[in-house]
Amino acid sequence: MSTVKLTSENFNKEVIQSEVPALVDFYADWCGPCKMMAPIMEEISEALGEKATVGKLNIDQNQDLAMEYGVMSIPTILVFKDGKVVKTFVGVTDKNDILNEF
Amino acid sequence: MMYDVIIIGAGPAGISASLYTQRANQKTLILYHETSNLEKAVKIDNYYGFSQGISGEELYDTGIKQAENLGVEVKKEEVIKVGMTENGFQISTTKQDYQSKTVIIALGNKKKQVEIKGIKELEGKGVSYCAICDGFFYRGKKVAVLGNGNYALAETNELLAIADQITILTNGEKAPEFRANNVEINTKPIQEIKGENRVREVRFQDDTSLEMDGIFVAQGVAGGTELAKKLGILTKQNTIVVNEKMETNIPGIYACGDCTGGLLQVCKAVYEGATAGLQAIQYVRSKSKN
Repeated sequence: MSTVKLTSENFNKEVIQSEVPALVDFYADWCGPCKMMAPIMEEISEALGEKATVGKLNIDQNQDLAMEYGVMSIPTILVFKDGKVVKTFVGVTDKNDILNEF
Repeated sequence: MMYDVIIIGAGPAGISASLYTQRANQKTLILYHETSNLEKAVKIDNYYGFSQGISGEELYDTGIKQAENLGVEVKKEEVIKVGMTENGFQISTTKQDYQSKTVIIALGNKKKQVEIKGIKELEGKGVSYCAICDGFFYRGKKVAVLGNGNYALAETNELLAIADQITILTNGEKAPEFRANNVEINTKPIQEIKGENRVREVRFQDDTSLEMDGIFVAQGVAGGTELAKKLGILTKQNTIVVNEKMETNIPGIYACGDCTGGLLQVCKAVYEGATAGLQAIQYVRSKSKN
C-alpha cells in the first residue's frame, strides 16, 4: 500500500477513526531530513500492508494539526492506536525501530 | 572547484580513506579542526607494527603528513554545515564553502558535553538540534541557542530572520563576539530546562530564570552525528548508522571510525576508513559513467 496524503479534511477518517493503527509522518517540503524519511515511510507502508494506515502530513498546509499534536521538530512520526498517540519518533528513524511497534 | 571526495576529520579513519581515494586519482580534501582522541593517547601498544609502541600524537601527526605527502589537500578549518546540492554536497567551514561529489564523515567521538537537566526529556518538545529544520516552529517566538562557538553562531544566524528574540546561552562559558538587534548573550550557568509538555523556561544556578519557547543545542564544534542529523542521516544513540560498506542512508555520504560506534580502536578506524574510501571511489566512477 502506498502512503496516504493527510489533510485536516481526511485526518479524522484516516487516522482517528481508523480500525487499524495509523502512522503519521509530519514533514515539510523544505526540510532536508524529511526528504530522507520519505522513502523509509514508503518501505514501511509496503511492509505493513493492510495492517496499518501510513500517512504523510504537510505541516505548512496543516499547521493546525501540527500544533494540536505538539509537533515542534520535523520529521516527527506519530503512531496512533484507537485514535490516540501511543508512540513518537523525532528525527529520521530506522525502519525496523518503527516496524517494531506493530 | 568540485572535489571528488571531501573527508571531515583527520584521524586514522579519515586519513586512511584519503590514502585510497588520492591514490585512485580522486581529488581529495581533508577538513579537520578539533583535536582527535588519538592525539590524547599517551602510548599505543596494541596497534600493528610498532615494536616499542607509539604515542597517539606521533601516530596522528605522521598520518596527516603521510596524506599530505601523497598530495591530499589537508586544511585546518572548522566545518559548520553540510548541505545537499544538485550535483553533490556543499561543505561550509567558518572560512569558505567547498563542493564535493562525495563526503566521508570521520569526525570521531565528540567530547561529551555537560548534560543539562531537562534537555533529554524535552527533545522534540522545544529542544532541537537543527535550526534550519525546526526554526519554522518558532516564528515570532523567544528561542535560545545553547553554545558559544562558531557552530552556535551558525545556528543563531539561521534563526535571526525567524525568531523574535534569540538568547545565546553559554552556560558559564565565555561570551562569543556576536552582535545583532534581536540577540542577547547570557553567560550564567544553567541549572535546568523546565517545562511539562514543552519547553517553558531556563532556570539558572543563581535561581533566576528566563521564559523560553525553544532551545537549539549547539555546544562545542559540530560533531559527526550533529552534521548527520541535519542532512537526514540515520543516527542511533549518538552514532551514525552505516552498513558494512560504510554507506549511510544518503547515497554518496559515508561515515567511518569512532563516529559509527563499536570498537573505539585505531585498527577499526583504519579498516572503516579504507572501506569508505574504496566505496567513494566506486561511487564517483559510477556517476561519471552516467
